Amino acid sequence: MIAPSKNTYTYYPGCSQSATNKAYDISCRNVARVLGIELLELDDWNCCGATAYTAIREHRSFVLSARNLALAEKQGRDLVTACAGCYLSLHKANKYFGEDPKLRGNIRRALQAGGEDYNGGIKVRHILDVLVNDLGEEVISQHVVRKFEGLKVAPYYGCQITRPFGDIDDPEFPDVMGRMMRWVGAVPVDFAMMTKCCGGMLMITQPEVGQELVGEILRQAKLSGADCISTACPLCQINLEAYQRKVSRQLAADCSIPVLYFTQLLGLALGLEPEQVALGDNLTPAEAILAARSE
Amino acid sequence: MQAVAAAELKQIFLNDIYAIPDGERINQCQQCGTCSSSCPTAARMDFSPREIIAALRAGLLDRVLESNTVWMCSSCYSCTVRCPAGIKFTDVMYELKRLGSRYGYINRKSTTAQMARVFVKTVDRTGRSNEGELMFRYFMATNPLKGLGKLGLSLKLLLKNRLPLRTHRIKQRESLKKMIAEAEKGA
Repeated sequence: MIAPSKNTYTYYPGCSQSATNKAYDISCRNVARVLGIELLELDDWNCCGATAYTAIREHRSFVLSARNLALAEKQGRDLVTACAGCYLSLHKANKYFGEDPKLRGNIRRALQAGGEDYNGGIKVRHILDVLVNDLGEEVISQHVVRKFEGLKVAPYYGCQITRPFGDIDDPEFPDVMGRMMRWVGAVPVDFAMMTKCCGGMLMITQPEVGQELVGEILRQAKLSGADCISTACPLCQINLEAYQRKVSRQLAADCSIPVLYFTQLLGLALGLEPEQVALGDNLTPAEAILAARSE
Repeated sequence: MQAVAAAELKQIFLNDIYAIPDGERINQCQQCGTCSSSCPTAARMDFSPREIIAALRAGLLDRVLESNTVWMCSSCYSCTVRCPAGIKFTDVMYELKRLGSRYGYINRKSTTAQMARVFVKTVDRTGRSNEGELMFRYFMATNPLKGLGKLGLSLKLLLKNRLPLRTHRIKQRESLKKMIAEAEKGA
């Protein structure tokens, strides 16, 4: 077993970050590297048992999460992910595993049938929590080489980072992303929709509902005067950026605004090149506004 | 799918919900409506979250399950964090989705339920959620024409190298299969 070290974590990329949202994975790994955090990818990780799975197979979704926890426990380090959905699935399974003896027994029996086991020995963390609460302002500020003075950012948390447990930040009025934005010179705007749902998978299955929710988020972000939106969830990112033209037409209002991962903004402030945060992967170009606000 | 009379749904549901941590708090609902007013999709539901509990008490769960209601929940957890009685309403919604799927009380028009089925199949087979495959199978199962409507976005994502055509699989698929089989026994 590798000895637990303060700045070494086991990293869970998640399915989305390995596919449609690689920019989040790339920027996350590079930010960590610059800040001296070692993210060691969990070998042979599987789907966390996300919302769509839990909806019809709850018990099995806990077992899916628990397999990852079991593999991570062997490494003896906390498990870190950047995806809000994976974070909640893994974290919730871990919490319920600890709280409910009957569920724990069932999960362990299932894991043992496949030759694994879990003893509840690790924590699940979101990368935003690690960066802000483990490293903090002092360490991050030391590494900032390019400030985005006056860049107005609408911090968008969505649902599954702060809710339901609220253990990273307040579930209604989080400020953890806003604090980080201030460390890189940006100004987090007052943003009424910061914890409102983007609709998640409803954007595909019930597009009229998804577009209504996304439209209101984008409209409010524009009204707040933000130059861009910062997210910490792959599904939020794609929902907020991929339908802007459609939503603008529906609302007869300009809803175009760059949507970045917070790791992309932070990475650029840490001196990473645009390619190192995969800025070109975004459908909403942010280069111009970032160039105008950087010094 | 098991056959069960509508009248039995309430008891089955309550047994299931009591098995979740804090599940018994559902009895503490005083119909204040905080859940409904916090819900981003309540306006689109035939029964709002508050009305679901009223319907449960009135023995009308079958109507709730067959209406356009539970599959409109996006699992945002707003109701859960605000409920003054501490009811984990998102877990209640999950339980209702499963109850309907298991016993055949389901809104036939709900494409979200179909998405969940396709999702589970993909993950069980490969150990991963493969988004390209997921979308393809979902649109083939629901409305291939709507899938064609996504071609523009697909192409944009493809050009950005954001649409993977390779299927990701975990190595220990046999071990995962055994876990899933065992989990079904405990479910």
